[in-house]
Amino acid sequence: MHDKTVAELARDLEQGTVSSVELTQHFLDRIRHEDTRYNSFITVTEDEALRDAKAADERRARGEATPWTGIPFAHKDIFCTDGVRTTCGSRMLDNFVPPYDATVTTRFRQAGAVCLGKTNMDEFAMGSSTESSYYGATLNPWGDNLVPGGSSGGSAAAVAARLVPAATGTDTGGSIRQPAALCGITGLKPTYGRVSRYGMIAFASSLDQGGTMARTAEDNALMLNVMAGFDPKDSTCIDRPVPDYTATLNQPLKGLKVGLPREYFSDQLDGRMAGQVRAAIAEYEKLGATVQDISLPNTHLAIAAYYIIAPAEASANLSRFDGVRYGYRCENPKDLMDLYTRTRAEGFGEEVKRRILVGTYALSAGYYDAYYLKAQKVRRLIQQDFIEAFKSVDIIMGPAAPTPAFGIGSKTDDPVKMYLEDIYTIAINLAGVPAMSVPAGQIDGLPVGLQLIGNYFDEARLLNAAHQFQQATDWHTLTPKG
Amino acid sequence: MQWEVVIGLEIHVQLATQTKIFSGTSTAYGAAPNTQASAVDLAMPGTLPVANEQAFRYATMFGLAIDADINRRSVFERKNYFYPDLPKGYQTTQLAQPIVGPGHVDIRLENGVEKRVRIHHAHLEEDAGKSLHEDYHGMTGIDLNRAGTPLIEIVTEPDMRSAEEAVAFARKLHGLVTSLGICDGDMSQGSMRFDVNVSVRPAGTDQLGTRTETKNLNSFRFMEAAIHHEVERQIDILEDGGEIVQETRLYNGDRNESRSMRTKEEANDYRYFPCPDLLPVEIDDAFIDSVRAVMPELPDTKEARFKADYGLSDYDAGLLSNNAATAEYFEATAKTGGDAKLAANWILGELSARLNAADLTIRQSPVPAERLGALVQRIADNTLSSSGAKKVFELLWNGDETAVDGIIEREGLKQVSDTGELEKLVDSVLADMGEQIAQYRAEEDPKKRKKLMGGFMGPLMKASKGQGNPKLLNEILQKKLEG
Repeated sequence: MHDKTVAELARDLEQGTVSSVELTQHFLDRIRHEDTRYNSFITVTEDEALRDAKAADERRARGEATPWTGIPFAHKDIFCTDGVRTTCGSRMLDNFVPPYDATVTTRFRQAGAVCLGKTNMDEFAMGSSTESSYYGATLNPWGDNLVPGGSSGGSAAAVAARLVPAATGTDTGGSIRQPAALCGITGLKPTYGRVSRYGMIAFASSLDQGGTMARTAEDNALMLNVMAGFDPKDSTCIDRPVPDYTATLNQPLKGLKVGLPREYFSDQLDGRMAGQVRAAIAEYEKLGATVQDISLPNTHLAIAAYYIIAPAEASANLSRFDGVRYGYRCENPKDLMDLYTRTRAEGFGEEVKRRILVGTYALSAGYYDAYYLKAQKVRRLIQQDFIEAFKSVDIIMGPAAPTPAFGIGSKTDDPVKMYLEDIYTIAINLAGVPAMSVPAGQIDGLPVGLQLIGNYFDEARLLNAAHQFQQATDWHTLTPKG
Repeated sequence: MQWEVVIGLEIHVQLATQTKIFSGTSTAYGAAPNTQASAVDLAMPGTLPVANEQAFRYATMFGLAIDADINRRSVFERKNYFYPDLPKGYQTTQLAQPIVGPGHVDIRLENGVEKRVRIHHAHLEEDAGKSLHEDYHGMTGIDLNRAGTPLIEIVTEPDMRSAEEAVAFARKLHGLVTSLGICDGDMSQGSMRFDVNVSVRPAGTDQLGTRTETKNLNSFRFMEAAIHHEVERQIDILEDGGEIVQETRLYNGDRNESRSMRTKEEANDYRYFPCPDLLPVEIDDAFIDSVRAVMPELPDTKEARFKADYGLSDYDAGLLSNNAATAEYFEATAKTGGDAKLAANWILGELSARLNAADLTIRQSPVPAERLGALVQRIADNTLSSSGAKKVFELLWNGDETAVDGIIEREGLKQVSDTGELEKLVDSVLADMGEQIAQYRAEEDPKKRKKLMGGFMGPLMKASKGQGNPKLLNEILQKKLEG
């Protein structure tokens, strides 16, 4: 049962071959038995899930079901859930139970989906390995002692291990696509503004975007159907019609113009990774796509610009965690300054503190122009690169991550090495365009992701291209042992 | 040495919107602590701001009223600092691109001299909550009801040269924002708060001296006293050969003392940057036109109309027009009373004195405008003498609910204006005053004659039991004496 996709489970529920309560119980049992190995969940909400499953079955009986009614799934622990602890992977929020739902949470609730729990993540989504979580690292189901990528590593591992058929994620610099690649699942970061950020705990407001993680492109389309759309509570959310993303999945790809950025296929790209990606692109040519080389000339500036802008925004976004109103507070503060400094010193982990320091520095008087303002200018150049490229191609393709899954602890002592994990994903967030990672090969038995990058609001075309690839290949159907 | 005082003001004006600037929470004053603080106001994780359109309308209205440029694109920035009553750890405010650009406010000083004060800009921002340091046994209470209340911060050029000018400007501004209806003007509740930047320089020089900023003055009286205090402090330092330190100071109005809060070196680095949760706000001509279409009459226009339509003096028209509530009260009184000048005299005289003494605003007046109007009407038509009018006013003030005419009837305050009756009265009184009549007629100095005339009026009023119309009695008396 747990090998089925969301689309298949929805059909089973519709045909009455299984109830939501049975499905939910099955996945809860799997989490209980299997997740001791992966640590992909921070919180499992068994009681709430069974209650919601029962309600979903009743709703279906009344003839009011949506495609999601009764489907089990999980939320990355960055989405606020009314009455359910929401930690963002941090000691700072270990005791935080929000009295409200994120808009994404509300939409899944309204659709009747059954949330089984909250998945592990890098603290405040800062990381590419899910090792910076206060709740311990998540392990990649594909190997021994390997990271699942991050920051949405809990969601990626849970889907890969078939503990849930789908999970939400967020992507600020690659946090959906890189773990999707490393765990061999399909993930989509939508256009900035496509999915509401309300109730999604902010890391870097101008880059954060909620998205979808599941095994197939079709399931990603089903998820995006629920998540996308205008929200008056988020001023950066765009009021634009939402298509049915499943409606165009089966369009043929004949004539699809694919661009390969020279900068993504330089000498720096690992030879075996290049081989896997090129083989996947050859598959697209078989499907009727035409391929051309393009240039995204400012790609080399992306990481530098990102590591100014994201920490700068984070330094302000995380100021609210001060021990005054909610969350962690240090014991017996002797005065206000002591309350602030010890609460934040004890409540935040190393990587979060590092980024707050970097961001604070970048915004400081005398440095603002040289760092923050300059980075914003670079960001516009990078946006311009994509706008230019999409004048001549429909989709840009390249690797999603520089390597397959790496060993736990192998990059934690060198932050810059860790930052380079996102070398192929970060520019996409700076530009705000949508992108996916699709399983497209293996190296030494570990999954490799192909990245598909689309024009603004062109998620339907990305999902169509990914689905057609998945009709022709079976990389997405491979599952880790166990 | 002669010193010249240079003053610039920064004024925080709370906008009278129903809800907060970035959330739908009520802004009503006086609720139990933290009952008007939503998840957004508390800066709960993941919550986001959404700008309040009405705040933009009010800021635009202010801009139009001071003849300023309205910036079509304005940008909110984050001003970062930690304080327990600042929930997000930053204040959302405007810096480089405020909504209101340069404008001006014209003021008139008590000596009648007019002066223009330039406005540098005015920007929208959110208010912080309140930290309550009393009653918590060494701890601090936080009330976030005020957090997120919309403000415009108005920044003047350093155009004022005395405390008097600064206060005249502040009063004018108060009149302006209350007349526009964009602020309730209640300074005791912090609806308008003044920061004063003061420096002094040798008279005749152009270069500005080092300034200090005294923050959060919430009455005109304290503001005036704080400026006097600061000017004296600076002159004392300079005359003793010292130097002024650029700093922020706090003034204690009850003790007339001030102390340094922080020096320039201790100032925060606020690390401003554009708020990524709020896109730049673009407004168009249609928006500005829609605001212009609902602009109430401005105090200056009102003043001109009061002079033209009611024949009021500059001074009276200025006082009555600067406060929307006073102007409204005046017009209602004048309408009922029929005599606008008399209405103005009563409002600016007796009524103002009583309201001030009782610490009431004109909206809280126990005497409604229509009732004062009825009184004015009876003064104007000679039914009431001035002493009778005062008696009636006293009864009205104390809540007598009988109609004015009923009170006059009941209290027997109606003036006797029947000439025949009054002539008889004068004759009977004069019959016993032959000696004084002779003395009057013998006097040649007109001033002394006038004084002697007064000696007859007392007995006359007494004989009429205070009800004789003094003007008529005077006329009759004069006629008889001149014989």
